[in-house]
Amino acid sequence: MVYGILRLINFAHGDVFMWSGLIMVYLVTVLPMWLSAIIVVIFAVVLGTTIEKVAYRPLRSAPRMSIMISAIGVSYLLQNFALYITGGLTKTYPSISWLQKTVTIGTATTKMVTLITPVLTIVLVVLLVMLIKYTKIGMAMRAVSRDFETSSLMGIDINRVITVTFIIGCGLASIGSILYFSNYTGINPMSGAMPGLKAFVAAVFGGIGSIPGAVVGAFVIGICENLIKGAGWTTFSDAFTFVLLIIILMVKPTGLFGEKNLDKV
Amino acid sequence: MGTKLNNKHKAVLSVICIALFLVLVYLGDIMIRPGSSMKMLITVIEKGSIFALVAASMNLLNGFTGLFSLGQAGFMLIGAYTYAIFTIPAASHDKVYQYFNGGVIKWSIVEILEGRLGIVGHYLGMFLPMLLAGIVVAFVGFLIGIPVLRLKSDYLAIATLGFAEIIRAFFQWNTLGPITNGSNVLRKYTTYNNAIFPVFIAGICIAIILLLINSTYGRAFRAIRDDEIAAEAMGVNLFKHKEMSFVISSFFAGISGALLAMFQTTISATPFTTVMTYEILLIVVIGGIGSITGSIIGAFLFTAASEWWLRGLDAGRWLGISSDLMRPGFRKVVFAILIMLIVLFYSRGIMGDKEFSWDGFFAWWKNRPAAIKAWPAKRRAARAAKKEAFALKAAARSRAKQSKQENEARKASGEALFTPLPVADHVIVFDKEGK
Repeated sequence: MVYGILRLINFAHGDVFMWSGLIMVYLVTVLPMWLSAIIVVIFAVVLGTTIEKVAYRPLRSAPRMSIMISAIGVSYLLQNFALYITGGLTKTYPSISWLQKTVTIGTATTKMVTLITPVLTIVLVVLLVMLIKYTKIGMAMRAVSRDFETSSLMGIDINRVITVTFIIGCGLASIGSILYFSNYTGINPMSGAMPGLKAFVAAVFGGIGSIPGAVVGAFVIGICENLIKGAGWTTFSDAFTFVLLIIILMVKPTGLFGEKNLDKV
Repeated sequence: MGTKLNNKHKAVLSVICIALFLVLVYLGDIMIRPGSSMKMLITVIEKGSIFALVAASMNLLNGFTGLFSLGQAGFMLIGAYTYAIFTIPAASHDKVYQYFNGGVIKWSIVEILEGRLGIVGHYLGMFLPMLLAGIVVAFVGFLIGIPVLRLKSDYLAIATLGFAEIIRAFFQWNTLGPITNGSNVLRKYTTYNNAIFPVFIAGICIAIILLLINSTYGRAFRAIRDDEIAAEAMGVNLFKHKEMSFVISSFFAGISGALLAMFQTTISATPFTTVMTYEILLIVVIGGIGSITGSIIGAFLFTAASEWWLRGLDAGRWLGISSDLMRPGFRKVVFAILIMLIVLFYSRGIMGDKEFSWDGFFAWWKNRPAAIKAWPAKRRAARAAKKEAFALKAAARSRAKQSKQENEARKASGEALFTPLPVADHVIVFDKEGK
């Protein structure tokens, strides 16, 4: 999402993800579950917009490489700060009883979270697609992702659009983190890095700028990874994601549902 | 000091400086006893020179050819393993590869050559695996480069990052255990015994990189960085030059990996994550993208800061300030904030894209900032002032001594030391006065 608009790998996205997980761990000790979940989402949004304001906005006109370096710097800072706060220990994510409830459908028994995740994903995706297709801000987003300069000439406030993008992106990341860490309960400062990169791979796989594509990509990656783990090649499950990325980039750089991009001289 | 030096003089000057540095490092490592706080300096020099090499190799790629590659940690990993695998003494194999029946390779290049050639063979035996590490990594870089280098900026970054992760997974794969020891550490392999070794090797490699950059190839690289399409139009074979830059960069990353293996004395695949690549990248940025000198300075500053100067932040006391905030990990937070500040407000780094040169140095010296220029005079003035103050004090002391002597003499002769004040009605006279 963020990548589609900004054409920028947000290396810090995974760390926003990790931080919202971490905040959840701390908040749950003092607040009721539903309240802390809401606060977590707000926190992630604030964090994301702050990052955007501090680290990306001043560099908007700078070359691509400096923005990426800045993104890496932010990611480094967030990870180290998390390391400082937690002391490098793996924290256990609070179990949300409602999500952990076992459900029985027919003969299959599973946890609520396993059931909720795809449903919630689909709902959010539909909402997002509608937002992008039918609202004014969505139209602005599409315009910005096409061409920065022209869209600013057309009277679109680029900064506002990008901020909104970050708000949505980070909000979704925090919701994702609630679901993710309910399944994988261990959380440490590095646990954001891998999902962040995988999310990027998924976005590339599905085609940059296409949200359904990203979802399909993510599902494919997730399924393949579990198949590989099932086959007993656990060491390679992370590596596989990147193999997939490289193959995609070789064969069809625009991804499954991507738009064609031509290089202008 | 001559303002214009000819090339010969410059070369001699450089050689003298480098030789002096090497001798100092050598003596430093011998003289400084372990446990003394200055030992840290040697550690910093060792690690700094290793990182200087890998940063220079990354700079060749990112700063000179304009390829934003993030695979450096993976390449270092291969280099480190290649070196370690071939230099574990035969006797230690059973211990190191305890879960893999002593491993496949039951010999060590160092021992074979040492047996034949003695001490010369020992160093040759260390040098050859290192070279081999470089070549293996260069070959891997070659293979990776073929698909990856066709990609554009951010895709290239993420694809190289991906390859680094794949490499790491590969080395932790248990099936390869007889060679790589799976996810267990490799240890007991031959290492150097004086800090001069990594400094020397890294120095030679960096010199080669510098020569390369100033050659026609280097110019082609820079042309690609500045404008790919224009470079292609001018007859630069894009892919060939990109691949070349990539392979050369991997080669030196491999050698630095081998040096890192020696520095650490044990090696495992776990620390060679993307974070390590990020750190190398940050070194390059601190020093200045497109400046090898900058990378060297950046590497030493980075290691010195993270290993030495900011240590106190973790221990709770730093520069005399102590605070509850300072507990383990605080150092890294401060460090990361510093780096962010550099990235945001000083993005050209220390050296920008300029290199160190004697001409530049002398020019800088001639137009040196007023503070530095004024420093010798200030120092002289301070010394003079100190001297004067001392002289004044001495004079006062001698005067005091003299008057005391006089008083003694007067006392001895019965003379009244103080003349009584005239007593008047309106003046209160204390008892103590007079006598």
